[in-house]
Amino acid sequence: MSTSTITLDQLIAWLSRFRDLVTEKQSYLTELDSAIGDADHGSNMTRGMSAVIEKVGAAPATAADELLKSVGMTLVTSVGGASGPLYGTLFLRMGVNAGPVTELDGAAFGAALRAGLDGVVARGKAEAGDKTMFDALSPALDAWDAAVAGGADISAAASAAFAAAEKGRDATEPLVARKGRASYLGERSAGHLDPGATSSTLLLQALAETVAS
Amino acid sequence: MKKLINTPESVLADALAGIDAAHPELKVDHVNRVIYRAEPTRAGKVALISGGGSGHEPLHGGFVGLGMLDAACAGEVFTSPTPDQMQEATKVADSGAGVLHIVKNYTGDVMNFEMAAEMAEAETGVKVASIVVNDDVAVQDSLYTAGRRGVGLTVLLEKIVGAAAEEGQDLAAVTALAHRVNDSGRSMGMALTSCTVPAAGKPTFDLPDDMMEIGVGIHGEPGRHREKLADAASIAKQLVDPILADMDFTGSPAIVMMNGMGGTPQIELYIMYNEVAKLLKAAGVEVVRNLVGDYITSLDMAGCSVTILKADEEMLKLWDAPVNTAGLRWGV
Repeated sequence: MSTSTITLDQLIAWLSRFRDLVTEKQSYLTELDSAIGDADHGSNMTRGMSAVIEKVGAAPATAADELLKSVGMTLVTSVGGASGPLYGTLFLRMGVNAGPVTELDGAAFGAALRAGLDGVVARGKAEAGDKTMFDALSPALDAWDAAVAGGADISAAASAAFAAAEKGRDATEPLVARKGRASYLGERSAGHLDPGATSSTLLLQALAETVAS
Repeated sequence: MKKLINTPESVLADALAGIDAAHPELKVDHVNRVIYRAEPTRAGKVALISGGGSGHEPLHGGFVGLGMLDAACAGEVFTSPTPDQMQEATKVADSGAGVLHIVKNYTGDVMNFEMAAEMAEAETGVKVASIVVNDDVAVQDSLYTAGRRGVGLTVLLEKIVGAAAEEGQDLAAVTALAHRVNDSGRSMGMALTSCTVPAAGKPTFDLPDDMMEIGVGIHGEPGRHREKLADAASIAKQLVDPILADMDFTGSPAIVMMNGMGGTPQIELYIMYNEVAKLLKAAGVEVVRNLVGDYITSLDMAGCSVTILKADEEMLKLWDAPVNTAGLRWGV
């Protein structure tokens, strides 16, 4: 199997692996969220990704844009809270950027993910260091781009992105939250990992595992 | 947990069924969880849509009806509704004159309503304007947080702006008025006890018997600080002072709401209202209208909030206009 592209089947496998990971880590994510939020991130993400996989299974997509947009809409309508619009926007914008193709090379996948992240920023107005999912996704995407530019294959790029996401996630622990309900805690939000950065890291972990050569 | 429920999972569905059974003047879309007026929106009338997590009743469903909202979307307890619910609400309520979304400033509500507005304009061409209410002076560092929360002023805004829409004002005028109301009002709340979310089954936070939390929002999120319980007069001062420090309320008539959080009896709210009225009089604020009761609650939380609105002549006239909803009714 070529590792210079991500196929439609791999995108589906990626989503399915993400569903498995958020389901496995459901109580952990909720526990993180109960420390600084409203204690529903694990159950919300599990409900959303289960709905996604059900939808993907029921009506198989024939192109990346169709698949990713449908994932985004499903998350928006089934998750609620802030995670629904944020993860939903990520996939919706990825889909629009990817276009009606059946496989994406490293640069195209990176561009789609970048468009998704730009959408998340437009929606959530988060900046680096606000203690949000951006703090995991942004360094992950930078690592992806650097790896692809340096000639790495998909599998190596995904590993680099996952490692960068983990580092970004861990760096949220001492931060004081500036966005969302956690921000009302002020200094009391420091000392906890951000639940959104943690679930976003699972998204990169799922990708790395799916495309591992 | 002792609650009058069937099961924790069915709380919202069962409550919506109850609203449906009690109010023939309303319709309930049980699939999309939208409460709307049985009588279709008059052609040319701007539609007012609000919504949010459940558990704040009578807000918002109890304010659907003549002179206030056209439709309200109910999310799960303390969880924002989703854009598809808001889309359905827009579909049933829009008469062609456009829609105003009234959103309380909580991150989830703001994002979901934003997406709904984008979807409505892209897919159906309905003109959507929004007002994000942010009146809670308890949130001080709004630069470093998600900003001041939207709380009690939402009730007053829905009444005043609802009357303007009923009168036939267009979307631009209704929206401008909504901004004016939001800029002219402030709130501050406190809690004696935590609330208990049915699905969680236990109190959201621990508050010892002899302590109170000053500066709470409406979901049991933390306030400014916690301190020893005090008498009504000193609690009133703790609520009124930060509001008056934030904005000058002298020189215009004021509308004041003494709101119960759900678990406080009316007799205590009147005691609190009296203390607040005395403080405002001493500060030179002329109170010309008031509400005392449970209007925006936090499930079974004991506690209260004060909202003060500096009203101009138009706002007062619209305040006095007829309203006929489950939660607010006069002049009809």
